[in-house]
Amino acid sequence: MFNYDKYIRKDKFPHIWCSGCGNGIILKSSIRAIDKIGWDKNDVMTISGIGCSSRATGYLDFDSLHTLHGRALAFATGIKMAKPKMNVVVFTGDGDAGAIGGNHLIHAARRNIDITAVIFNNNIYGMTGGQYSPTTPQEFVATTAPYGHIENSFNFMELAIGAGASFAARTTVTNPKQVENFIHKGLENKGFSVIEVVSNCHVQFGRRNEMKSPIQMFDWIKERIIPMSKAEDMSEDELENKVITGVFKNIEKPEYVEEYDKNIMAKAEGE
Amino acid sequence: MEKVKFLEGNTACALGAVRAGLKFFGGYPITPSSEVAEVCSEELPKAGGRFIQMEDEIASIASIIGASLAGSKAMTATSGPGFSLMQEALGMAVMGEVPIVIVSVMRGGPSTGHPTGPSQGDLMQARWGTHGDHPIIAIYPESVNEVYYEIIRAFNLAEKYRQPVVFLMDEVLGHMKESVFINEDKIETVERRKIEMDQKKYNPFLTENDIPLTANYGEGYRFHVTGLYHDETGFPDVSSENIQKTMDRMYRKIYNNMDDISKNEEMNTEDMDILLFSVGTQARSAKMAIRMLKEEGINAGLFRPITLWPFPEERIVELGKKVSKIVAIEMNKGQMADELRKYVCEEDEKKIIPLNKLESELIPPQEIVDKVKEVL
Repeated sequence: MFNYDKYIRKDKFPHIWCSGCGNGIILKSSIRAIDKIGWDKNDVMTISGIGCSSRATGYLDFDSLHTLHGRALAFATGIKMAKPKMNVVVFTGDGDAGAIGGNHLIHAARRNIDITAVIFNNNIYGMTGGQYSPTTPQEFVATTAPYGHIENSFNFMELAIGAGASFAARTTVTNPKQVENFIHKGLENKGFSVIEVVSNCHVQFGRRNEMKSPIQMFDWIKERIIPMSKAEDMSEDELENKVITGVFKNIEKPEYVEEYDKNIMAKAEGE
Repeated sequence: MEKVKFLEGNTACALGAVRAGLKFFGGYPITPSSEVAEVCSEELPKAGGRFIQMEDEIASIASIIGASLAGSKAMTATSGPGFSLMQEALGMAVMGEVPIVIVSVMRGGPSTGHPTGPSQGDLMQARWGTHGDHPIIAIYPESVNEVYYEIIRAFNLAEKYRQPVVFLMDEVLGHMKESVFINEDKIETVERRKIEMDQKKYNPFLTENDIPLTANYGEGYRFHVTGLYHDETGFPDVSSENIQKTMDRMYRKIYNNMDDISKNEEMNTEDMDILLFSVGTQARSAKMAIRMLKEEGINAGLFRPITLWPFPEERIVELGKKVSKIVAIEMNKGQMADELRKYVCEEDEKKIIPLNKLESELIPPQEIVDKVKEVL
């Protein structure tokens, strides 16, 4: 039996998440991934923004910082630069990382700073009551899209890769082992890693879209999953509204703080 | 031994910060403050610190809060539009009691306004810019020499009280070159308090004299910081009782230490016919006006808060009793005149005489002289 107690602040439970929420699966998988990589607990720093996902930092027994909506990656950048020995993990959501914090996501990726960002993508603003997010699919209903949503969705993988992340992977809460595995790979990567985990919000999203139970939402997620290997042979039309899972990018690339020290610090000291 | 350097205000600000122990600068270019970032990018790595140009001002202040919590003395520099963007995170620094220094070199506002001209339009933004009640410390020097020493004091107060400190300058002060007399004997720096406690019993917001004993991240305490109201454990507690108690303590932390935090300059306030009130660079014009008035037999005094916030209310009440008129000279529409009226105008509403101009230049001494003669 895996001992989760070592990594959680038990006195902070019960958590605020609704029963059946996928966030717990992401939290557990993150713990297992961190355990697997074997980091000293005192060298791990978790940072989050605002939203349901962002409460994760409070439950983990590491140094933790619960910041402003969308800005977790900017806080994380300062922490990593001030103390590069820290292993920095950011927990964020589709609204937090894709809307208000989109700018910080692309610039953290561009710098390839050694931070692992785990995006809890539940396609909705859950905490504020079910408003549409940058990943709400078209035609679905949200409290701010009562006539059905018309906007295009963000593709976090294309965004992260286009901006320069050295690791990008997508999975879903219906496959916890893969969540653990991808987060572990992201932690191993010396550079900026994005792991998007498609999750369920049956309370704020499912309830308004004929999927009020977690099981219905799990089924909805599962039936849309297309593993990357299979997606390669499919047309764009066939892939519409599907959830392509897999590791989209995993390359070695110079890391920002190391480059800063190697180039700028070294040159400045020479002066 | 005194070293004399001929520096621009923004350069003196950056060099003073490095002397104070700055180890992290996160900023975004904006006129008229950009030279602070430029000098930091060159000087910080030489001093073992790191510099980053972030993607915007929100990210800049977020990065310095993170760096400070990880143990580095941290600063950003901006001007009006950027300072507006920083306000939310400034509140987070108040709530998390994070020592940071935010330099704001004032230019004409609102909006893009007049980027290359001075103003004093952000004095109230420095006080009340972020939402919610909160204490704040703001310092506003008048000369390049004073910038060098006061930025060091800004870091010291930030560290000592675990409090964000706003360091106000204006375009004239930022771009003016003057002699700076660097005397190491006059410099003291306050270092981050080292916390040594049993990890199991440790709580980041346990206080001593109302100041929290917060450790740095990465030292084995594994603590939590949030922008929510929290108790001494650092975890959210939004009970009515805790909200009131926490903000009362944060106010006490600053207002019970006014003797240490407050700093003013007074000129001729012992024997005066009229009092001039002015802050920052504008006060230099007021000093010249005092000399000109003296030649005409008029005794004018000057009161110049160097720590602008918290406002030196006790002293202004005392001085207000000595004179029948106070001329408040400001490059804005009367922000300090309004503040003065809170403390000295119980009976005579005409006691405060505002002298305000928004012409993107300092109000010249002659205009101050004319105003004094008109109202006396």
